[in-house]
Amino acid sequence: MQTHQYDVMIVGAGGAGMRAALESSVRTRTAVISKLYPTRSHTGAAQGGMCAALANVEEDNWEWHTFDTVKGGDYLVDQDAAEIMAKEAIDAVLDLEKMGLPFNRTPEGRIDQRRFGGHTRNHGEAAVRRSCYAADRTGHMILQTLYQQCVKNDVAFFNEFYVLDLLVDHDLAAGDPGEDVNVLGVVAYELATGEIHVFRAKSVVFASGGAGRMFKTTSNAHTLTGDGIAVAYRRGLPIEDMEFFQFHPTGLAGLGILLSEAARGEGGILRNADGERFMERYAPTIKDLAPRDIVARSMANEVREGRGCGPHKDYVHLDLTHLEPAHIDAKLPDITEFARTYLGVEPYTQPVPVYPTAHYLMGGIPTNVDGEVLRNNTDVVKGLYAAGECACVSVHGSNRLGTNSLLDINVFGRRAGIAAASYAVGADWIELDDDDDPAAAVVAQLDAIRSREDGERPGELRRALAETMDANAQVFRTEDSLTQALADVRELAARYREVCVQDKSQAFNTDLLEAVELGFMLDLAEVVVLGSLLRKESRGGHFREDYPKRDDDGFMRHTMAYRRPLSDDGSVGDATGPFAVSSAADDHRVVIGSKPVTQTRYQPMERKY
Amino acid sequence: MSATTQSPGKAAEVPSFDVTVKIMRSVPSDVPSAGYGEPVPAPTSRWDTFTLTMHGSDRVLDALHKIKWEFDGTVTFRRSCAHGVCGSDAMRINGRNRLACKTLLKDLNLRKPITIEPIKGLPVIKDLVVDMEPFFDSYREVQPFLIVSGVEPTKERLQSATERALFDDTTKCILCACCTTSCPVFWVDGQYFGPSAIVNAHRWIFDSRDEGAAERLEILNDREGVWRCRTTFNCTDACPRGIEVTKAISEVKRAILTRTH
Repeated sequence: MQTHQYDVMIVGAGGAGMRAALESSVRTRTAVISKLYPTRSHTGAAQGGMCAALANVEEDNWEWHTFDTVKGGDYLVDQDAAEIMAKEAIDAVLDLEKMGLPFNRTPEGRIDQRRFGGHTRNHGEAAVRRSCYAADRTGHMILQTLYQQCVKNDVAFFNEFYVLDLLVDHDLAAGDPGEDVNVLGVVAYELATGEIHVFRAKSVVFASGGAGRMFKTTSNAHTLTGDGIAVAYRRGLPIEDMEFFQFHPTGLAGLGILLSEAARGEGGILRNADGERFMERYAPTIKDLAPRDIVARSMANEVREGRGCGPHKDYVHLDLTHLEPAHIDAKLPDITEFARTYLGVEPYTQPVPVYPTAHYLMGGIPTNVDGEVLRNNTDVVKGLYAAGECACVSVHGSNRLGTNSLLDINVFGRRAGIAAASYAVGADWIELDDDDDPAAAVVAQLDAIRSREDGERPGELRRALAETMDANAQVFRTEDSLTQALADVRELAARYREVCVQDKSQAFNTDLLEAVELGFMLDLAEVVVLGSLLRKESRGGHFREDYPKRDDDGFMRHTMAYRRPLSDDGSVGDATGPFAVSSAADDHRVVIGSKPVTQTRYQPMERKY
Repeated sequence: MSATTQSPGKAAEVPSFDVTVKIMRSVPSDVPSAGYGEPVPAPTSRWDTFTLTMHGSDRVLDALHKIKWEFDGTVTFRRSCAHGVCGSDAMRINGRNRLACKTLLKDLNLRKPITIEPIKGLPVIKDLVVDMEPFFDSYREVQPFLIVSGVEPTKERLQSATERALFDDTTKCILCACCTTSCPVFWVDGQYFGPSAIVNAHRWIFDSRDEGAAERLEILNDREGVWRCRTTFNCTDACPRGIEVTKAISEVKRAILTRTH
């Protein structure tokens, strides 16, 4: 075991982690731990753009952007956070340009902007050009630019290290509360050698990304297994709004590979088997540029009512054939290549088969607007921060608007980096208890999996998890389907306790780490399903066929889920009304409470487009 | 009872087929290194052969996953995004550098076994996993970041579409190392910067906003710089992003010859 000491440890080297690192590393001694080489992070797969009301090509202002974000999130957005994001968006884009990001340009040489789903002029009048972009590889450019700046600033990285535990001075999961709860560091596994490393830190920033791999059809990388969220949850911290998962409308049919909403921003049209532009029926004003939850549901509904395309009528068409090939090549080069490579479809002349794909987790580790992690509705864990997809500020509410994730990582990555460094500079080191081996839990967990001689392989369990999530907790959900999903997830979790890997070696043991990742996903899937079950309403990305209306009286609150021992009395957080759930699995209890939504200037209205 | 409309099954439309995959296995000595970048002892290598039933548009990465998840969990490779944008799964497939996630099985000759080896010229750690540090060292040496002086503008720096087009191609690089590890010069001379580092220098040398071109050109004028390139075009053929790598290297050569300072 090796021990390291840094003032600030950042977990994850995607957009949020590296943006935090750029701030923190100039203020105090900082290091970044990443399970991948930084340039492999999934920020690089983002395509369409990053919205900011620069007003470079038409009238716009940050207040309209705030409103669109709040309405897009079906009013579950914390409005103070959305306002900060929309305001700081302008500098966030300009900062990236000043770091050298090669944005597409207007004829005047300024940053060009284009239309994107749910982004409108004057509170919904018409689509507005707000998305700043670099062809359809904006995320790639952001990831490369931030890594370049990290190289320039000599930021310390521990690449291919997996963070498997969070060290805090009170074990909340075991029912040990504290007046003050402080972060002490993290425990990580070095993939190349199999060694365990303890990283002591005054501040820890989680920026570890999403968890899309719990679904079968997903745009997410294989490595997006919710590690950071699960690590915090296992240590007894709440996780917020996990039932809100975004299904992106245009995944390549059967594969889930993302085709950017920019395709529709540039004029692409969704059509059913009759060639009808069906979005005119569902969203008469902005049609194909309605928010993603609405478009995804509309597509799934077309298929369900028998108007799907193809031999099995199981997808719809994204039609770009009316666009000039030169325009497609200039604005959408990558996604059209995906259609050619993976489906053998030529988008110049043929419509592209598409179907919704699990894309983005709106929920995550609850934070305030400075990225400080909450341990209940009001108190924070001192020194612990989170930003990006693993965090829930909540600027996305129940449905994130396109481009707001690239914005989120830049705005809140920066804020978390500054806050973490400021805290660390003023804080004293907290001594570890001499009797405690900080790595004991991780070592025991890994040894148990590795030393088991007989048992099921993780691959089979992972496949079963993804299949039940797709079948029962996807675009359409019901009491029955979710009850089935919960039973399946818990049965798989029980089988997981006897999981066995074939690779017993130390060096580069990805067999072992995939098993660990599966455990994280099983823990989170249980919360996704429990949250979906209790939320007997439809809002944003969460659609209950048995409760198709939004219910502001009953459910205009954030869900807060805590992992607790079976013996827990089930009274955490603000557990009232339908949110007062205490659900026992066979070795733990999930206790759910709720947190109020912060409303400032916008009253909930019916959500029409 | 499922409430969901079944997502489309890609396997349903295209028949399945059998494929034989031969993987170069290299097992390291199972002793953790001291953690100071000591080279791992030379692994022992062998070929393992697997016969699989695959479907329609399955990729080489799908075959590797099937092997790992259903046959032999010890088969080791890197992967992440699975659609050709993260650059994790560069490997030598039938003797050519490609991304496993971007290579469809049906596009290969399935009558013969498909061979999969690690990319060449970097130390093998285990099976298809190589030590990428020497590759990233070369990248970092060319100062791959914006170099500017003077007062920062309040708004964005202006750049015309024509100016941006000069370096658009080289901004696509995902640092997968397909180009560098397909280069015969790199195979015999690990000190050579290699195509990828030059591509990333090009990206800045031709950016109208950048002021560090002279420095970078001097770095690449080194004896291990652009002049080692023998213009074999292996790199251009290998690039999964379609970057005209050899052309970019030629433009850097020309910039060195025509510079005025």
